[in-house]
Amino acid sequence: MAIPSILVEEKTTEYTVEDVVCPFCGCCCDDLIVTVRDSRIVDVRNACALGASKFLHMNEGRLLKPKIGRFDTAKEVSVDEAIETVANLLKDSSYPLFYGWACTSCESILLGLDLADLLGGAIDNTSIICHGPTVLAGQELGLIAATLGQVKNRADLIVYWGCNPLEAHPRHLARYSVSARGRFIDGRRDRKVVVVDVRRTATARMADLFVEVKPGYDYELLSALKMLVKDLDLEVDEVGGVPVSEIEKLADMMVEARFGALFFGTGLTMSRGRDKNVEAAIELVRCLNFKTKFVLIPMRGHFNVTGANEVFTWRTGYPLSVDFSQGYPRYLPGETTAVDILRRGECDLFFVVASDPISHLPRRILEHLGNIPVVALDPKITPTVYLSDVAIPVAYTGIEVEGTAYRMDTVPLRLKKIVEPPQGILSDVEILGMILEKLRG
Amino acid sequence: MKEALLIRNGIVYDPMNGVEGEVMDIAVEGGVIVEDVDEREAKVIDASGMLIMPGGVDIHSHIAGSKSNIGRLLRPEDHRRSYEPRTAVTRSGVGHTVPSTKTTGYRYARMGYTTVFEAASPPLKQKHTWEELNDIPIIDKAALTVMGNNWFIMDFISQDRIEDAAIYAAWLLKSTKGYGIKIVNPGGVEAWGWGGNVYDLDDQVPYFGITPREIVEGLCRVNSILNLPHTIHVHTNRLGMPNNCWTALRTVHTIRKSFGGGRPLIHITHCQFSGYAGSTWTTLRSGAEYIAKYVNSIDHVTLDIGQVVFTDTTTMTGDGPLEFRLFQSLAGKWANADVEVETGAGVVPVKYSRRSYVGTIQWAVGLELALLIDDPWRVCLTTDHPNGGPFTAYPRVISWLMSSKARGKVMEKANRRALKYTVLPSIDREYTFTDVAIVTRAAPARLLGLKSKGHLGVGADADIAIYDIDPRKIDPAVDYRMVRRALRRAAYTIKGGRIVVVKGEVVEDIPGRSIWVDVAVPGDRIEEVIREVKPRFEEFYTVKLSNYPVPESMLIGSSPIKVNPSI
Repeated sequence: MAIPSILVEEKTTEYTVEDVVCPFCGCCCDDLIVTVRDSRIVDVRNACALGASKFLHMNEGRLLKPKIGRFDTAKEVSVDEAIETVANLLKDSSYPLFYGWACTSCESILLGLDLADLLGGAIDNTSIICHGPTVLAGQELGLIAATLGQVKNRADLIVYWGCNPLEAHPRHLARYSVSARGRFIDGRRDRKVVVVDVRRTATARMADLFVEVKPGYDYELLSALKMLVKDLDLEVDEVGGVPVSEIEKLADMMVEARFGALFFGTGLTMSRGRDKNVEAAIELVRCLNFKTKFVLIPMRGHFNVTGANEVFTWRTGYPLSVDFSQGYPRYLPGETTAVDILRRGECDLFFVVASDPISHLPRRILEHLGNIPVVALDPKITPTVYLSDVAIPVAYTGIEVEGTAYRMDTVPLRLKKIVEPPQGILSDVEILGMILEKLRG
Repeated sequence: MKEALLIRNGIVYDPMNGVEGEVMDIAVEGGVIVEDVDEREAKVIDASGMLIMPGGVDIHSHIAGSKSNIGRLLRPEDHRRSYEPRTAVTRSGVGHTVPSTKTTGYRYARMGYTTVFEAASPPLKQKHTWEELNDIPIIDKAALTVMGNNWFIMDFISQDRIEDAAIYAAWLLKSTKGYGIKIVNPGGVEAWGWGGNVYDLDDQVPYFGITPREIVEGLCRVNSILNLPHTIHVHTNRLGMPNNCWTALRTVHTIRKSFGGGRPLIHITHCQFSGYAGSTWTTLRSGAEYIAKYVNSIDHVTLDIGQVVFTDTTTMTGDGPLEFRLFQSLAGKWANADVEVETGAGVVPVKYSRRSYVGTIQWAVGLELALLIDDPWRVCLTTDHPNGGPFTAYPRVISWLMSSKARGKVMEKANRRALKYTVLPSIDREYTFTDVAIVTRAAPARLLGLKSKGHLGVGADADIAIYDIDPRKIDPAVDYRMVRRALRRAAYTIKGGRIVVVKGEVVEDIPGRSIWVDVAVPGDRIEEVIREVKPRFEEFYTVKLSNYPVPESMLIGSSPIKVNPSI
């Protein structure tokens, strides 16, 4: 695989695209101004460091040619040959597993669902390793949510629980919550900010109240808060390492808020208790709604992981981990997630789109991946691409190809095409469409 | 596509053209109904002894968008008892009350329905609505745009700038590809932004210096200025609360001044949920008689019934405070989804039980409305899918309308005490097939202003439902089960001239069209209003104005209807 450092045609043109939606995190900030010179992005204004670096460094480590063969034995092939090979692998497969979908458009996810349904395979998205528990808790009780504009216009209390937006969603505070100005709230001075976390993070340092909970004690602390909101007494001195007086203070702040918003991250969903933690948070917010107005919003990671849940749900009824092996969608978290299927060694093909599971999934699943073909669609050379038997380069969704993405609060936005992809590189929508055509025809 | 089709000897009910059960041939070419086709070249369907109606039109159904998807997400247990495996032509899917997208299209088509209107879509999330509507096959669809709690609309109305409100509404419709003005609990959902609600037409909406009455009146004037094909589509205040029939009637009454004959001015949607008398749940009474009496005496209102069927279902509405109230009394699942600047939403699963007092009253109110209002052209059949029950229950509802025996069967097992407070047991009106064709096709198509739908005249879209039942040979009042069976599975459904369903099975999976209204407001007037709105728009919303519209390229089969406003 050759990796030229820069791919530019000899032209001297410069243009600027405004109101670009950032295809990085779940904030999907839509006010970026991107400058392109000689078909190359040279400047990104308004973006945070994370978002800007995606635009500015997108061509580093890029996959430019389809390849067949693992590791160092890989040889470059044409797109047609790669697609032919993938189609044949899929034809020979009796139970393919499709995985990824967090960093691509909804259009692409729909095609993935088409493939899984057609072939009787299984399909899963990366929310299983981030906010999957949020979704499970939502199925159990129902999320009490709002779009971020409700928070911006009305919220006088912001609680960040188990998340560190200053570093993970840097513009969240300014655009949507802490210092955002809206119709009824004039920025930071009209708001109280609380951070609940296991350590004093950067976000915690700018909070009015920081509650340091012992790792693994979120459920207890949420339950204690719920009791206080329901006017019950806590007959202990501390819960989860937090003195009762402090919990009471927080409970009072919550009840006294006119509009409160609880943002929570993987500190809640991926620590001991998981979906039960989120259920406790939902129950707390339920109780609060009998006294005031309160909502909770998950801090979703990738720019379209929310969209993956949405598209899965409208097409199959289930937000993740869908199995089509019986001819219709089935959903059994604990049995049909990608991790379960790989761990049991059931799938006979692993098809990855817009994700790098080799870096993220448990190491034990690698054992099974040694025995089955792995196919990857990705703009970059990732460990998954390196390990895959067939890899096809694709354009960057939201930079080189347009599409729909859902922000963390489920607001849909149209991602823009700003520059042409490198010569010969297609979008994942086109590649998946060609594979489908081969399988149908 | 020049494919010709000849449907022979069917018994045709086409009320818009005055056809009541005549045996005739229907010719189709190029997707529309034509005078005649060359028999040798056309595909011939022998429909002798079969009932033919125009394809069904659903005026109000929650099939796509943010809250439908919250409903799907919330109810895995609902999906497990209803699933459909893929076939050679169709895709798999699930869902009893909140079916997945593909399944929604197939199920409507199987019942002979070919056009469905998504009942409420917040503009900010209308891209989501369209993505789902795109994924619903076969049927033509459109979405009503929620405006009754929109800050900019409320601000314009409270400043008495009705024309600017109209221009903003036109821009909203055009930029989100909406079809009409939907009003959900005017002012109440805005108050829900603070956890509150409004309880009367003259309550103040907090901070907006406006009342629900002014919102309804204002948007009614906006609708007239824009000459929209449909009237304002209103979900009244106090919906789902005892004694709310008076609120609904006052809402209708307040706009009578602007009525000068001609087209109606207001559509009260799922009127059953606004049709209660009695001051508390324990003293709940049917208010259908009062509503019917009023509707029979005036001309400016139409309604759909929002029938309740006894089943486990999922309620979903933009009326956030209503769902919170439901949650308070049921204590089960509750999802809430406020939308900035525009509206809210909530989803709560419920179970309507025939043994329950309230459930029986609700069931009776819908049927009473349909049976006590004299003019079927002003009544549409809906279950407010999935609020009163899933749309797949329509054949059951139709059998209740056509047969007092069928109603009697239900009443035998229903709550006795409740029946004492309804007039349903004493009603002996039974719908004819013509009445059914009106309330399920002709009336909704006419009320929505769809000129080429809901009838089988020359030039109409070739959307045709053929049912395997001979109306000359059976008496629907007695053989209501046969009617039900036949309507559940159309012998043929023809959509745009293509045979999509045969014997209740989908045989071709084609995309439907996306209908929206393109109001031709002069560009400079729109620009003027939007330029004024823009700074506040970007202060209140969390998206840029330029990222707000739904590009037309997102719609599969985009079919705008041009409308000339009086601006």
